[in-house]
Amino acid sequence: MTIAREETYDAHLLSFVLRLADSALIASQRMAEWCGVAPMLEEDIALSNVALDLLGQSRHLFTYASDLEGGSRSEDDFAFLRDPHEYLNYIIAELPNGDFAQSCTKSFLFSSFAKTVWSSLLDANDSRLRDIAAKSLKETNYHVEHFSSWFIRLGDGTDTSRQKILEGLDYVWPYTNEFFDDDSILISLEGVLKMKTNTLWTKWIEGVTNVFASARIDLPSTPDFICSGKYGIHSEHLGHILAEMQYLQRAYPGGRW
Amino acid sequence: MYNQSLDKGPLKDDGRDQDEDRRIEFEHNVLAGYTVEPKDWMPEGYRKTLIRQMSQHAHSEVIGMLPEGDWILRAPTLKRKAILLAKVQDEGGHGLYLYSATETLGVSRDLLYEDLLHGRAKYSSIFNYPTLSWADVGVIGWLVDGAAIMNQIPLTQCSYGPYARAMVRICKEESFHQRQGFELLNEMMNGSEKQKEMVQNSVNRWWWPTVMMFGPEDKDSVHSKESRTWGIKRVTNDELRQNFIDVTVPQAEILGVDLPDPDIRWNEERGHYDFGEVDWTEFWRVVSGHGPCNRDRIEAKRKAWEEGVWVREAIMAHALNEKVVDRHG
Amino acid sequence: MGNDSSNKEVEIPLYEVFIRSANGLEHRHVGSLHAADAEMAIMNARDVYVRRNEGVSIWVVPSACITASDPSSKEMLFGPSRDKIYRHPTFYNLPEGVRNI
Ligand SMILES: [Fe+2]
Ligand SMILES: [Fe+2]
Repeated sequence: MTIAREETYDAHLLSFVLRLADSALIASQRMAEWCGVAPMLEEDIALSNVALDLLGQSRHLFTYASDLEGGSRSEDDFAFLRDPHEYLNYIIAELPNGDFAQSCTKSFLFSSFAKTVWSSLLDANDSRLRDIAAKSLKETNYHVEHFSSWFIRLGDGTDTSRQKILEGLDYVWPYTNEFFDDDSILISLEGVLKMKTNTLWTKWIEGVTNVFASARIDLPSTPDFICSGKYGIHSEHLGHILAEMQYLQRAYPGGRW
Repeated sequence: MYNQSLDKGPLKDDGRDQDEDRRIEFEHNVLAGYTVEPKDWMPEGYRKTLIRQMSQHAHSEVIGMLPEGDWILRAPTLKRKAILLAKVQDEGGHGLYLYSATETLGVSRDLLYEDLLHGRAKYSSIFNYPTLSWADVGVIGWLVDGAAIMNQIPLTQCSYGPYARAMVRICKEESFHQRQGFELLNEMMNGSEKQKEMVQNSVNRWWWPTVMMFGPEDKDSVHSKESRTWGIKRVTNDELRQNFIDVTVPQAEILGVDLPDPDIRWNEERGHYDFGEVDWTEFWRVVSGHGPCNRDRIEAKRKAWEEGVWVREAIMAHALNEKVVDRHG
Repeated sequence: MGNDSSNKEVEIPLYEVFIRSANGLEHRHVGSLHAADAEMAIMNARDVYVRRNEGVSIWVVPSACITASDPSSKEMLFGPSRDKIYRHPTFYNLPEGVRNI
């Protein structure tokens, strides 16, 4: 009985850690697409910094995931040798960048959510997660700052930029549903993580609402959208991301890089 | 790097300097090691040579983000992905530092950039070759950054202060670029036969274009003499090329790759390696826009720039909105 | 947006960036960058000029706000102080054996 319960606990914790790791990695991969083609040189450099932060976060999390499993898989095994259905990231991370407005909107909503998660994990009953959260929170605070300022600048810029922000928002917003809809893993880990979706939502919506106000944009209503990347059911985009990302490891198994 | 002394720059030296005395004094000062700062008097030719050379250098850095950047998404490990991303980011930073140094001469970055996008400005020929395998990322770090460093170190002593200071900063950052490339290749050379082949194939493709990076031979280099008098470029193309080959041949031996030049052999008398004839026809074709990737590179940057127009307009509009609010609120 | 759309584009202003590398040291000029306003300039400076622990504090100043002395007034501005050697401690000879001065 006890053993069975511990096994579920470990499996759930692993899923949760992978959810965070995969979200960071896939968001980083998308962010890196901007490197070299951003609207201004300063932004090429800034977005690369964000991509590097996210990549670093995913690596810490994969290392933890590996330890949870007893070390049978390395960070690279996790990243390069899993198929789309084994990826547990939130779908918002895998959405195409679209134009700069859509990219900023997506990153603003996602990083704001990441910020609430990291803040909450500072109180978790798990020292590894607390350490990762403390480090990631500093980085994420900057991401929120960066992308909310873009959201405001573009929302309150020209008619064109405002229109593009509204279109980007229209596309991205429904995917935020997944942050807060029912989550058996969080429920089963509540004793450790001390994290509840409704508390996360309250914190997230508070931060986001302020930024919307500065951008003079109305908060969209909560959608009915079905979206469950965190359980391994993804959009069609993820397969393409992985095909590109995993190509070398798949084509030359066991190579030295 | 990347200042290949390409003379067909967007800015031609059209006027003769009126003030011969000042010019003589200027050249005398520069020869004595005096550093020229932005507001100092300088011969028009000096200013134009600097603008041409520095902006070509800046363009090379930002165009150089593309061939390697293409592999960020496909890097084979997370560690390599982080290294490559940080490296390509650095190259963007180098471009920025160099544009910023060029702007001290009274030209705007946008105008320089437009010259690039409309094919009026040159940049290093090396980035007009394609990156076809992951080994290319290693070879670019090892050979291309290696050549760049060789070219850039003397530029830290350049007579123009802002350029020299930018180069100090850049050289500091470059130091990991070459090492990561060598390490990456060394790792692959200890891997499977397929991986070794990949490295050798990549070296075969990149070797000659790298040797060309130092620009035309001194006898054909239009700007070498005045660049030297003005302390802009203190070491010649041929000297740099020879240095590069001298340090690289032993590295290739350690790595276990063959350099695709049968004429490379140690010359006891000269105390240098001899090497074969560079295909200068290819060099000039690439420089004139006919390399395998010239059009793709410019197109990628032009597209990004145009897609960014509304963004740049929006932030200026927003900044103005804020000012209005400040004044009335 | 046509090919010439960039022609009517207003150029994003230039800011000069100063970094304090550690408390106890002054801010030093490190270069410049483009930004629409000061807030953006600070952010950009952080990403562009402080990627390797180079600093703990950033100043940004619109380049247009800097007034520089004219190099041709160099003699007038800086020449006169050159011969006031009595302002330097090395001007004074003290007898052997004097300490702590
Ligand atoms: Fe560089
Ligand atoms: Fe480099």
